[in-house]
Amino acid sequence: MTLTKAELADLLFEKVGLNKREAKDMVEAFFDEVRQALENGDGVKLSGFGNFQLRDKPQRPGRNPKTGEEIPITARRVVTFHASQKLKIAVETTPRGHSTN
Amino acid sequence: MTKSELIARLAARFPQLVAKDADFAVKMMLDAMSAALARGDRIEIRGFGSFALNYRPPRVGRNPKSGDKVQVPEKHVPHFKAGKELRERVDYLA
Repeated sequence: MTLTKAELADLLFEKVGLNKREAKDMVEAFFDEVRQALENGDGVKLSGFGNFQLRDKPQRPGRNPKTGEEIPITARRVVTFHASQKLKIAVETTPRGHSTN
Repeated sequence: MTKSELIARLAARFPQLVAKDADFAVKMMLDAMSAALARGDRIEIRGFGSFALNYRPPRVGRNPKSGDKVQVPEKHVPHFKAGKELRERVDYLA
């Protein structure tokens, strides 16, 4: 099972009592606001869930893995996510069927 | 931006709702996302990114103080991969 915007909207319809339109718009707005903050260079801290941070990475040498040709990987800004302690613990303590468990 | 700032911005975008609805909605979404990851499910948000668990196999670690070997059990850690739109919008250098 994969959680998507549609399931989140259903949840807001069922549990928060928003109408279908509002529920869908609220889910869009939620991710839009987070994206907007990050786009403006502002990190996002969602206590209990995790933090989205921005990292400015300098240019570094790279290689085309097919041809072996050297091409620089340009400087860039990337988003990183750090799960909160609470989320990490929730993930570690919930039993799940991994083959090596 | 903190969670309370996010809630305030959403409340302002939905003036027809009572302020508590935005608060409840944000908590509900974050709880559902945490629960999905705890179950081992993926989260896929088009235009934003995806969350999944990465597996860390068991390994022999060391107590940095005493130098003793310790068995570190396998575990799963949450991982976020930014989607194309988020990646491009954040990278002002591109």
